[in-house]
Amino acid sequence: MLESNKDSAKLDAMKRIVGMIAKGKNASELFPAVVKNVASKNIEIKKLVYVYLVRYAEEQQDLALLSISTFQRALKDPNQLIRASALRVLSSIRVPIIVPIMMLAIKEASADLSPYVRKNAAHAIQKLYSLDPDQKEMLIEVIEKLLKDKSTLVAGSVVMAFEEVCPDRIDLIHKNYRKLCNLLVDVEEWGQVVIIHMLTRYARTQFVSPWKEDDGLEDNEKNFYESDDEQKEKTDQKKKPYTMDPDHRLLIRNTKPLLQSRNAAVVMAVAQLYWHISPKSEAGIISKSLVRLLRSNREVQYIVLQNIATMSIQRKGLFEPYLKSFYVRSTDPTMIKTLKLEILTNLANEANISTLLREFQTYVKSQDKQFAAATIQTIGRCATNISEVTDTCLNGLVCLLSNRDEIVVAESVVVIKKLLQMQPVQHGEIIKHMAKLLDSITVPVARASILWLIGENCERVPVIAPDVLRKMAKSFTNEDDLVKLQILNLAAKLYLTNSKQTKLLTQYILNLGKYDQNYDIRDRTRFIRQLIVPNEKSGALSKYAKKIFLAQKPAPLLESPFKDRDHFQLGTLSHTLNTKATGYLELSNWPEVAPDPSVRDVEVVELAKELIPAGKAKKENPAKKFYSESEEEEESSDSSSDSESESGSESGEEGDSSEDSSEDSSSEQDSESGSESKGENKRTAKRNSKIKEESDSEDGEKENEKSKTSNSSNAESSSIEESSSDSESESESESEIESESRKVTKEREKKTKQDRNPLAKDISLLDLDDFNPVSTPVALPTPALSPSLIADLEGLNLSTSSSVISVSTPVFVPMKTHVLLHRMSGKGLAAHYFFPRQPCIFGDKMVSVQITLNNTTDQKIANIHIGEKKLPIGMQIHVFNPIESLEPEGSITVSMGIDFCDSTQTASFQLCTKDDCFNVNIQPPVGELLLPVAMSEKDFKKEQGMLTGMNETSTVIITAPQNFTPSVILQKVVNVANVGVVPSGQDNIHRFAAKTVHSGSLMLLTVELKEGSTAQLIINTEKTVIGSVLLRELKPVLSQG
Amino acid sequence: MIHSLFLINSSGDIFLEKHWKSVVSRSVCDYFFEAQERATEAENVPPVIPTPHHYLLSVYRHKIFFVAVIQTEVPPLFVIEFLHRVVDTFQDYFGVCSEPVIKDNVVVVYEVLEEMLDNGFPLATESNILKELIKPPTILRTVVNTITGSTNVGDQLPTGQLSVVPWRRTGVKYTNNEAYFDVIEEIDAIIDKSGSTITAEIQGVIDSCVKLTGMPDLTLSFMNPRLLDDVSFHPCVRFKRWESERILSFIPPDGNFRLLSYHVSAQNLVAIPVYVKHNISFRDSSSLGRFEITVGPKQTMGKTIEGVIVTSQMPKGVLNMSLTPSQGTHTFDPVTKMLSWDVGKINPQKLPSLKGTVSLQAGASKPDENPTINLQFKIQQLAISGLKVNRLDMYGEKYKPFKGIKYMTKAGKFQVRT
Repeated sequence: MLESNKDSAKLDAMKRIVGMIAKGKNASELFPAVVKNVASKNIEIKKLVYVYLVRYAEEQQDLALLSISTFQRALKDPNQLIRASALRVLSSIRVPIIVPIMMLAIKEASADLSPYVRKNAAHAIQKLYSLDPDQKEMLIEVIEKLLKDKSTLVAGSVVMAFEEVCPDRIDLIHKNYRKLCNLLVDVEEWGQVVIIHMLTRYARTQFVSPWKEDDGLEDNEKNFYESDDEQKEKTDQKKKPYTMDPDHRLLIRNTKPLLQSRNAAVVMAVAQLYWHISPKSEAGIISKSLVRLLRSNREVQYIVLQNIATMSIQRKGLFEPYLKSFYVRSTDPTMIKTLKLEILTNLANEANISTLLREFQTYVKSQDKQFAAATIQTIGRCATNISEVTDTCLNGLVCLLSNRDEIVVAESVVVIKKLLQMQPVQHGEIIKHMAKLLDSITVPVARASILWLIGENCERVPVIAPDVLRKMAKSFTNEDDLVKLQILNLAAKLYLTNSKQTKLLTQYILNLGKYDQNYDIRDRTRFIRQLIVPNEKSGALSKYAKKIFLAQKPAPLLESPFKDRDHFQLGTLSHTLNTKATGYLELSNWPEVAPDPSVRDVEVVELAKELIPAGKAKKENPAKKFYSESEEEEESSDSSSDSESESGSESGEEGDSSEDSSEDSSSEQDSESGSESKGENKRTAKRNSKIKEESDSEDGEKENEKSKTSNSSNAESSSIEESSSDSESESESESEIESESRKVTKEREKKTKQDRNPLAKDISLLDLDDFNPVSTPVALPTPALSPSLIADLEGLNLSTSSSVISVSTPVFVPMKTHVLLHRMSGKGLAAHYFFPRQPCIFGDKMVSVQITLNNTTDQKIANIHIGEKKLPIGMQIHVFNPIESLEPEGSITVSMGIDFCDSTQTASFQLCTKDDCFNVNIQPPVGELLLPVAMSEKDFKKEQGMLTGMNETSTVIITAPQNFTPSVILQKVVNVANVGVVPSGQDNIHRFAAKTVHSGSLMLLTVELKEGSTAQLIINTEKTVIGSVLLRELKPVLSQG
Repeated sequence: MIHSLFLINSSGDIFLEKHWKSVVSRSVCDYFFEAQERATEAENVPPVIPTPHHYLLSVYRHKIFFVAVIQTEVPPLFVIEFLHRVVDTFQDYFGVCSEPVIKDNVVVVYEVLEEMLDNGFPLATESNILKELIKPPTILRTVVNTITGSTNVGDQLPTGQLSVVPWRRTGVKYTNNEAYFDVIEEIDAIIDKSGSTITAEIQGVIDSCVKLTGMPDLTLSFMNPRLLDDVSFHPCVRFKRWESERILSFIPPDGNFRLLSYHVSAQNLVAIPVYVKHNISFRDSSSLGRFEITVGPKQTMGKTIEGVIVTSQMPKGVLNMSLTPSQGTHTFDPVTKMLSWDVGKINPQKLPSLKGTVSLQAGASKPDENPTINLQFKIQQLAISGLKVNRLDMYGEKYKPFKGIKYMTKAGKFQVRT
């Protein structure tokens, strides 16, 4: 029919062929016949031929070439639709030979008068790129050109091409940024989504963070992916008045109306933009729109709920008003139900928990058993999160044990087990009840849980436990593997506590286990037998068997499964899947230094903008925190404007610790003086000595504060400078001099490097690149603390003398303070705490904590004392003596002791004044639960030898070699944990020792440098949990530079 | 972006496939079938399924799965929203979107899909533009085409595509110029056992049918715009004007479209127009249970409640039900255990009720929970939130259009727990 002369016959034939394609049948043998019709006058036939061509051209490349000339002709057609579709088809034919033709066509089309054709050109770019990535450079040129296009039609497509071809060429966006922001509202909806996602990434690289620490406190929000040091940095930033870049503001403002879009994807895109780049206070408006999307289809609901779940973990307040929108309907699909449940759990707090629990009760009865089980878990999580309702929840769960449905009962058992483990109060009754249940429950997990519980608490239920074991011994062979393991455990535990009654039973069970089919069980049996049954061969371990089996086990944390999702950008596929999808582009962290905003200026306004000093930047380098002194100093000598104050304060510091280093710093000044005016130098010297005096006379804290302020920002320190010396402050602001001095500094730097620690060389070079010398003086020095820097400095002092460490003196005390009570929530009373790392005077199992109380009100605060304490079992607090009154603007430091029982559980108590009581918490970082220990290398190795196997945890660290200098490692380790240094004979092994405060268990830490840039971190300790937590904390610190 | 699209019917056959980039073998759908099997119910198939090399994003509508295959990171909502748009377009083109209809019109479907996506990126999704590019099939047109040999493919670029109002085509002409607006409100509610409201919300939409000649510029104002708490607009609505004056000002698309959807602020108490009295009880000993439901009007503002349908998913242990309604008809499907009672109008003088017994499977234990009751109803000429349109004006054209506004209240997700 295709050969027919009549169009209608041809059309009919083509329709049939397309039908075949649609059904997935192979129609490739018709290729020659079809291609002939490509030049048909009938537009419908032509279109269908196009469809066919695109589908099969790849398979029949030679024949496909026949059609190319038709397209080339069509590209010149006066009808824009035909031009565009010719380009579309041409670029869709995946035949490598025609790449040059395509390239030419794209170039021409990108200059076409019709925006529709240009839009198609943008699409063609992606197609060509996927066909032949070698064309990248040429294509980028075209993209650059199309980005300048003012048509809203083109914008979306070209940004899409940009994302596909060269997402890292952020420099192409600069000039078009404002235009894109302004056009955004008029771009078609699909383009909006792409542009918003791109701009989010852009904003994260180009603007400084608008998030202030205050916000973080208010909504309990922490960016989990940001490690400690970055948070410190935030603290630093807070000190400077934050002004949002007008371009940043422009983006936020222009996207706001799009929240009203009917397209869910657009709303979600704007929501994630607000979430990721707007100030926390403004992000609130997204919640209403997101909740609106929940009215939409099931699939949209699913994605939106997932994103809300992630958001609600970090910021409850956002969705709390919409709590009821997340109530579950019986008609919802199961996946929606579970997501809603997740969100409800995240939103639960003291105020709404009672309504929620009532709601949960109806869910538990649901016919959807999977959902009912999920609800039970949820109740468990609520119970742990909100201590007020723990008992209520527990009782409710116990009631469920008599439920008829097995799944429900099993789930309740598992949750009750977790809850009981968390607070092993006298719940003997519940345990007995559960023991009875063993007869009826068949779900393995539940059976295993019950057995474990009985084993753990075998001393509390002395009568029942052996009986249970007897029953289990009978049924051992028929049990699930999971249950068998727990039977073995139970037997071992009972044998240790009550061997009289259970000896034979245990023997019997061990014999059964020995011949089990599962090797895991055989292994376990052998292990237990060796461990508990005394025989002549048994090693030293059997003495500790009781300790091993009946050690206090830390309660499991019931965490949201969405906890770890937040490192993915919201609204992305990766976030939905919680794995990195192909082509996922990381959202970078905020830069500490805003890149020059003037790059976004379009030519016309360039002149006006140039007057504004380029770097209104918040200057602080991300990587700088943990570097050793050398760069710190280099950095300071880097920008001439503030070098004096920096080195001054520093040398003051150093002078404190050792004569040597003060000499060092003055020599540094000498080198400076070469390049700078003599007068200045004198002044510096003078100040230098002054500060030294100061530091001698005053107590440490004040001095710290001073150096902190000067360190926290060069700009600030220079403003302090200004007050004292006017001559140089003038010179500061002039950029000319600055640039000159920069040159000088470079020279100087070389010099400094020579007399400095040779290790710092490469770092300093890196550092210089990032460094932004232009900093406008900020006139508001805020005398607040920047703990990290001072911590660094202090660490350095001592690192020089680290080889002589006396018993239990902290190597280094980080001055990092934690907020106990924010002044906003404490009605003007602010409290901070920090760990002085001194042995506690109140009791040797306690960790000493220093609390600084500030009165920020204008009235006296009277009778500050500690009220009601809510402590986990075993934890103790030695309170400070009540403070009679605190003057306005006054501050007082008190110390108290807390016995954390070697766990990182939170100590909650009430801080009371005459009128109010505030609930506060102290959660110790794991590193503070230690006391340093001095020991020799030999002792260390001996102890380490005894703490192998289960007591050893290790990990591999990969980082740049410059992070592996002894001083850097030392500093990083002691910053995290209160450990003592063990002198080491080998250069590549660093050892640290400490003991836990409560139980005095040894904690041995080894950092072994390997070839290349890896190192192994090993922790040996009896307290494996603390050990692994410490390991987790140390790993990121050591691996980043 | 979107690599390929597969249409899969409920029995698991791929009946249409379309590729925008290189061809993806249909074997990729095996992963989808696997997930489908695991989910047991179509509703529970996860919308996003990762496979080793591709990601499958699917929507389920009209008993058809629309499965999009993508290869790289893309906002999932982007794809899902697009797929829904595809379904809407099909519905718009063919009236219904079902497997036989799509199979019959496979060429048009193919042409439309070709225009909607280029290289996986949406090109034209406004149905007004699409209809100009590819004319929807009508009987008349098919006849004309076969005689004259003309085609249903437009050969000119739709002007809307380039203009600032891409949703409207040019050169629209009508003899009767008319504009209708339907204000439809839905009540979402959960009512607990004792009859008190747990949550209730009102969601509303204004659906419009505008058939006006030329380029009319309309404004629509409300008596009480403050009621609207959260709104989302058709792109034609000028956002600035709404922000400042609370007036909807827009150049309408031609034909049917959704002008606005809104949410009534939560502070306002929602009037619940119906109540359900229920008495469902199972006894432990016997295999028979009692079942009784009565539906009655509550705050209806004097309007009658029509189209009442009561559905309830009975527990699995229920074998059969023998019930007698005082009005309407009822059915019980013993396989899905779904009870449905079509009540019709509620007469306040004689309340409809459904009474009878439930027989449980022999040996099955008494279900722990009574079934929830879902309710559907309609109330004509009433917007339950009290929203009222003040006036509608037209600028830009000379003629006088016929204007009409209709109000309606419906039950959305209205659930009574028993």
